[in-house]
Amino acid sequence: MPTKIEKDGVTGRETTGHEWDGLKELNTPLPKWWLWTFYASIAFAVVWMVLYPSLPFWGGTTGWIAREAIVAEVAEANARNAPMMARLRAATPEQIAADPEMRAFALAGGRVAFANNCAACHGAGGQGGSGFPALVDDDWLWGGSLAAIHQTVAHGIRNTEDEAARTSVMPRFGADGMLTNPQIGDVAEYVLSLSGRSSDPAAVDRGRTIFAENCASCHGDNGRGNREFGAPNLADQVWLYGGGKADIVAMVRNPRLGVMPAWEGRLDPAVINMLTVFVHSLGGGE
Amino acid sequence: MTSVEAPHRAKADRPPEAPTSAAEQPLYAARQKVYPKRVFGKVRSVKWAVLTLCLALYYIVPWIRWDRGPGVPDQAVLVDIANARIFLFWIEIWPQEIYFLTGALILGAFGLFAVSSLFGRLWCGFTCPQTVWTDLFMFVERWIQGDRNARMKLDQGPHDTNYWVRKSLTHGVWLLIAAATGGAWVMYFVDAPTVTMQILTGHASAQVYFFVALFTGFTYLLAGWAREQVCTYMCPWPRFQAAMLDENSLVVTYRDWRGEPRGKLKAEGVGDCVDCFACVHVCPTGIDIRDGQQLECIGCGLCVDACDSVMSKLGRPKGLVAFETLKNLSASAAATAGMAPGPDRFKAGMAARQMPRFVRPRTLMYAGALTAVALVMLGAFLMRSTLNVTVLRDRAPLFVRLSDGAVRNAYTIKIVNKTRDEAPLALVLQAPEGFHMTVQDVEDDAQGRPVLHRRADGIAQYRVFVTVPHGQRIAEDTPVSFRLLDAQGRAVASQSSNFLGPKP
Repeated sequence: MPTKIEKDGVTGRETTGHEWDGLKELNTPLPKWWLWTFYASIAFAVVWMVLYPSLPFWGGTTGWIAREAIVAEVAEANARNAPMMARLRAATPEQIAADPEMRAFALAGGRVAFANNCAACHGAGGQGGSGFPALVDDDWLWGGSLAAIHQTVAHGIRNTEDEAARTSVMPRFGADGMLTNPQIGDVAEYVLSLSGRSSDPAAVDRGRTIFAENCASCHGDNGRGNREFGAPNLADQVWLYGGGKADIVAMVRNPRLGVMPAWEGRLDPAVINMLTVFVHSLGGGE
Repeated sequence: MTSVEAPHRAKADRPPEAPTSAAEQPLYAARQKVYPKRVFGKVRSVKWAVLTLCLALYYIVPWIRWDRGPGVPDQAVLVDIANARIFLFWIEIWPQEIYFLTGALILGAFGLFAVSSLFGRLWCGFTCPQTVWTDLFMFVERWIQGDRNARMKLDQGPHDTNYWVRKSLTHGVWLLIAAATGGAWVMYFVDAPTVTMQILTGHASAQVYFFVALFTGFTYLLAGWAREQVCTYMCPWPRFQAAMLDENSLVVTYRDWRGEPRGKLKAEGVGDCVDCFACVHVCPTGIDIRDGQQLECIGCGLCVDACDSVMSKLGRPKGLVAFETLKNLSASAAATAGMAPGPDRFKAGMAARQMPRFVRPRTLMYAGALTAVALVMLGAFLMRSTLNVTVLRDRAPLFVRLSDGAVRNAYTIKIVNKTRDEAPLALVLQAPEGFHMTVQDVEDDAQGRPVLHRRADGIAQYRVFVTVPHGQRIAEDTPVSFRLLDAQGRAVASQSSNFLGPKP
């Protein structure tokens, strides 16, 4: 309750009438501009609440939300790209790679699609890892031409969902008892000799015959591999699971067989074409 | 502000509504409407000339054409935000060179400081956009509503048809000028002929309409309504102009040593000032220059013309209000202290004046700073390279081992070409023996070097592979560099990088 309202001599204003230990407060009115800005903001808020979805049960007279704007923008971007995507869908990877405009678009789109779909296994730059082939080098398990890459991307490898998936099986020479441990050691030594890294000539000789009987049917007489079976070239310097003796022994004993999903049906055919052209351009395309 | 206190009318004698009066006032100062009277004279003529020049530049410059070739804007002065270029006649600034704009602004600032220290508030009184447009709007107001007395009568009289017609006409013309101003602003950012047609036919983008509306609104508000309130309350310049002036700067002052004591024309023993209030009536900010240096005085000098015309009518020497230095003012005051009003006092006072010292430490420092910044900018501009090459080495993976055991690094090379010259360039690698370079998707020239094509006024990108054969011993990190050669074999750009390999 204000007890004693006084008038201040200096400013001409009244006090609020309260006193705290001798301290009094001037009852200065709020500045008009501040007050009217405040009223305007209230009016603005009311108008806003009517126009836009602001309450749980109210969609607003315009019903506009930011998400719709984004959806519209994405649709507009897709519409802008639609003619080029149609061309990419209809063309073969060879035609795309030959046409500069389509190739530029495919490389740019392929880079994005690769990052979204392939980088998880094959690495951000296609460098691969243990068990995931590197796509930047010139060593291909199933072929590095555009057609071969397209087949691999579209149908995958050893997956159960696509009938056209590439598939092959390396026998479990050790686990199934087809070769004894010393034999496995010898054939591993022979395989090392194919890339010039062996150290035991006697073992290499023994391993040669074992190789000819067991391995050459898939890996080729000279160990240069066979792309029909996805059998790697054992005579080069690139190794999917490691190239040391222990790695080779482990592989012969109990082979690890990589699986790649089929992207046909998951990705637009145009995107698969773009990925094909992109992977082919990474540095090792044939 | 200065060490010299110019004597003026005592505080107790000033009218209570003046900002500098001594009367008790509420902290909120209600606005006193200012009705500047028309004035004729040298200063007014100069002001008109400067106004015409500034407005002409502002409205006409966007329309100047400069042919730069096909596909490029042909406007001489254009800030092309959409394409990230600033065009200034033959100069083209890329975004990474935005510091040229910074330098220009710094030059402007130092130029302003230098001019202020020499000649006072010339910017405020003659060239400031607020002053120019307010002056223009006041001219329109005077043309439609009449001079000072007619306007005051109109405002105080009944709000009849005549009142409304005149007021709406004034505001209508103001809005037209403001719209032209807003439109001209946008023309510095979008091609002028194109955007004018678009605005008039209703096809301009929302941003264009928004900015035109924004600048129209603000021109109308600031020049039509706020006027001197901007200078007194809103603008920061008045508040630190005082730091740039000193007793040797030319400022608009009242020579009180010859004007005081004020009195009527026929009275005895009075100074030259007859208290006609001409100086107050013509002032666009509504102050009395006889009160001395004030924040509100924008230094336009119209009071000089007003007083001069009154003095010449009375047969007295001009210059009672003049552009003067405060040093001279105090020298004249000292020389005439105690003298009786009359021609002797006038002679003694004027004799005590000296040529203002234009060359002094303050002005030298400003001039020096101005010159230094200008030289740096000129140097940077003359030395800017129009062809750059950047080399980005692949990081995923750092290196690739090929099937024959060779080690390969991949690079993305970008050629930044700021000219329209599209002559091809040959790429060469400078690296130890055995390093071999190939570039994807390009042909080789006669000497077996890859030929890279540049894009006019753009960036061209290429993928480059550098390979070291199997068996060659290389360090983990080998420095290499790439050079671009022109048709004559001269190196026009180069960039160093490194080649990474496995741990040896």
